[in-house]
Amino acid sequence: MAAANVALHDTHDHDHDHEHHDNFITKYIFSTDHKMIGKQFLVTGIFWALIGGFLSILFRLQLGFPDMELYFLKPLLGGWIDDAGKLDPNFYLALVTMHGTIMVFFVLTAGLSGTFSNYLIPLQIGARDMASGFMNMLSYWFFFISGVIMFCSLFLENGPAGGGWVVYPPLSALEQAIPGSGMGMTLWLIAMTFFIASSLLGGINYITTVINLRTKGMSFSRLPLTIWAFFLTAVIGLLSFPVLFAAALLLVFDRSFGTSFYLADIYISGEGALPNTGGSPVLYQHLFWFLGHPEVYIVLLPALGITSEVIATNSRKPIFGYKAMIISMLGITILSFVVWAHHMFVSGMNPFLGSIFMFLTLIIAIPSAVKVFNYLTTLWRGNLIFTPGMLFSIGLVSFFISGGLTGIFLGNSAIDIQLHDTYFVVAHFHLVMGSASFFGLMAGVYHWFPKMFGRMMDAKLGYIHFWLTFVGVYLVFFPMHYIGIAGFPRRYYSWTNFEFSNMYTDLNMFVSAAAIITFAAQFIFLFNFFYSMYRGKKASLNPWRSTTLEWTTPLIPGHGNWPGEIPSVYRWPYDYSKPGAKEDFIPQTVPLSATPESNLPHEQELVKLEKEIIAEEEQVLVANGSKEA
Amino acid sequence: MYGFLIAVGVLLLLSLIWMVYRIQTLVSVVKGSDKKIASSSNKINAILFIVFLLGAGFLMFWYSIKEFDNYNLPLASEHGAVTDNLFWITMAVTGIVFIITHILLFIFPYKYQYKESRKATFYPDNNKLEVIWTIVPAVVLAVLVIGGWKAWSDITAPAPENAHVVEIMGYQFAWEIRYPGVDNVLGDHDYRLINEVNNPSGVDFSDKNAFDDFTSPVMVLPKGEPVLLKIRARDVLHSVFAPHMRLKMDAVPGMPTRFWFTPTKTTAEMRQELGDDDFVYEIACTEICGRGHFSMRREIRVVEPAEYQEWLKEQKPYIVNDPTLVENVSSELKELADITISEYK
Repeated sequence: MAAANVALHDTHDHDHDHEHHDNFITKYIFSTDHKMIGKQFLVTGIFWALIGGFLSILFRLQLGFPDMELYFLKPLLGGWIDDAGKLDPNFYLALVTMHGTIMVFFVLTAGLSGTFSNYLIPLQIGARDMASGFMNMLSYWFFFISGVIMFCSLFLENGPAGGGWVVYPPLSALEQAIPGSGMGMTLWLIAMTFFIASSLLGGINYITTVINLRTKGMSFSRLPLTIWAFFLTAVIGLLSFPVLFAAALLLVFDRSFGTSFYLADIYISGEGALPNTGGSPVLYQHLFWFLGHPEVYIVLLPALGITSEVIATNSRKPIFGYKAMIISMLGITILSFVVWAHHMFVSGMNPFLGSIFMFLTLIIAIPSAVKVFNYLTTLWRGNLIFTPGMLFSIGLVSFFISGGLTGIFLGNSAIDIQLHDTYFVVAHFHLVMGSASFFGLMAGVYHWFPKMFGRMMDAKLGYIHFWLTFVGVYLVFFPMHYIGIAGFPRRYYSWTNFEFSNMYTDLNMFVSAAAIITFAAQFIFLFNFFYSMYRGKKASLNPWRSTTLEWTTPLIPGHGNWPGEIPSVYRWPYDYSKPGAKEDFIPQTVPLSATPESNLPHEQELVKLEKEIIAEEEQVLVANGSKEA
Repeated sequence: MYGFLIAVGVLLLLSLIWMVYRIQTLVSVVKGSDKKIASSSNKINAILFIVFLLGAGFLMFWYSIKEFDNYNLPLASEHGAVTDNLFWITMAVTGIVFIITHILLFIFPYKYQYKESRKATFYPDNNKLEVIWTIVPAVVLAVLVIGGWKAWSDITAPAPENAHVVEIMGYQFAWEIRYPGVDNVLGDHDYRLINEVNNPSGVDFSDKNAFDDFTSPVMVLPKGEPVLLKIRARDVLHSVFAPHMRLKMDAVPGMPTRFWFTPTKTTAEMRQELGDDDFVYEIACTEICGRGHFSMRREIRVVEPAEYQEWLKEQKPYIVNDPTLVENVSSELKELADITISEYK
């Protein structure tokens, strides 16, 4: 019904784009157009990825080359390089913290979900724009403010927040414990508050849009998997981000108003006993991970959705097990809320809880496994075209397998005792969450660049970028498994204080060198991205010969996306290489009645129904036309 | 000067890359290969997947075998044998899946690379397959989980009655170790009694159980007997990590935690086994706690039970080393304390 209503509405404003004249500010800055907002998220996300990546290079220098004199960084880092040319240990912790925060929230949440949910949802479901353009604009600008605040915190005299990206109290509550818990932590909390607001505004919009604004014929069972992924991601975000807000709020109270939610029985060296009693640091961990774990899927699901789309298109095959893919995503969505405490097996919580969460955690591995097998079967007997987007998607599947399998170790509480907070964990989540999602982002950019900017990115540079990054990521994170099994703890400034970890200097040097090369390789992408935006080859309307709706818009879609009527949808989005069809793809807008040669038996039955609907619609149009006349 | 030369070099290199890039773009336009659905690069990419599969596979096996003794930490606790076993079983299962899926993932691109003459197989779903690869992982995971669950329940079960109690308290940036003395009962503690000069763990000396408590710079433990670590923190979160004991538990301010285990090899035995005379068991911190997080080291020395008893007898309680600690307790307790002190003299 909703879809039908929309179709009626749209007949009235389909020439929107002729009336609308944008000036610079309304077009590029305070834009309410979902496409521009998507691009804003993307460019901001790229900016943050560079900062986040650069921070990691700084601490990798310390870890890989501990004896190196870093005087050359003095112009940039000033007092954080001491007189002996060494990185300050407090600043090292701040670097680790900011790298995590920036990458998880600003790059992989806002940069990935923000970009593609905004850009693709209206285009792929056949809507003029988001349900609320204004809220959408607000969502971006809250994110922007959040970024500005976080950016400012990098330049504080006492440094930005330094208690790890999870900012566990009491460390994050007590300035006396670490200088970063002063102003740096305050700004972190303010920035995150804006970020949460931004996510919620975005999420509400995505959900509303997907539910209400689908074009005629676009039932849920005909949605591309990208949209399913964005939709479920938004649901997860909407349910979990408020909990992070609560956690942060209580932390603000503890820090500034003398409450004791997380603080108890604390004695500070040189200062004495604090008055706080009765609080529980473990409470914070529960609240944090109630967001923190779903957050993993908030960054991963959109990447998986994008990959499904790109792999199907470039395999020239329907995605294998469309329904199974949806069910597994639904399963992941639900289960993602009941596994949070597997981050806390050795936090001191009741070991019985540990057993429960171990069971639940390993259940979530099942839908993940199903997804992997479905990707593999989609590739099987395909006709594979290796566009850069396709390469990055295959890379994603590889990371998803590698990182997912190590999750089975960590989800097992008995094995986790030894591996918890070692480099094994670092390797695990950088592959399955960091690199996999990053590759999803890259696949999306390469794949939808022609739609975004009307030009093609250079494929050869894309290939070079992919291979350097793919090999680079493995060279950086695979060795970390060995280091982790050997017991090297995370967030260590140096490992030479301990006999058991006083080794692998060579491997750490290797990892750091690989990280620097991988980071440098991203500049190939950066060049390709900005150069192609202005000078790239003009794209054709449907360069990947894809079936989904966004490729039926003009090369550069204006306000309202389609100049005339919004096209109706008659089939699912994966009719690739259908037996009997002339081309190896049939767009969603082609009626079943137009393709009798390739229809499957159950589709042939739908043809009749379809004809009735089309006839009905024509009557409505005629009626409308006579009214207007 | 060097900086200038390097800058010029980089500039030249970049312009060279730029020229190559432009030339290849123009050449592909002239050849018309940019209009093809899949250019010759398609084949190269397909081959590269195979090259990657072979290269990375070789590197992984070579390094994993060569470095095995390096990354496989020596083991010295009873429950550690169980968790290590689980670890390697999981490694075998996931390793097989890892290798098979990656072989498929990289061979398919080569085998099914684009050919104009071929059409992809329209194969949208197969419920039987979906059911199989839902159930098989579920069964495998269930087996792994049940193993893990059993081990976890045993490890986290209450410590045996006869376990030697040792308290370890984390603070920025070290560990304080407290033994309960002959009575094997730790005296009460209160964070408000902490005094960095003579009472860093805030022991409450109005509790007579505290009279024989003593501290030690090294955690000395008997081999083959259960040990119960009582873990706490006095400022921020820390985490006790004894890698050779396969032991880890957070130290939480305001919430005491515990972990019990049984050491299986003395330090001397381990030294002999490894042929390393400097080998020591260590404790590290694995929960970020501030500037000195990476330097919270304590040594564990595992000795034969007889030697342990000997060592216990040599240790002097807090109040013997510093009688002022019991200056302010009630007169009855003071008497008791004095007796304890005199016993040790």
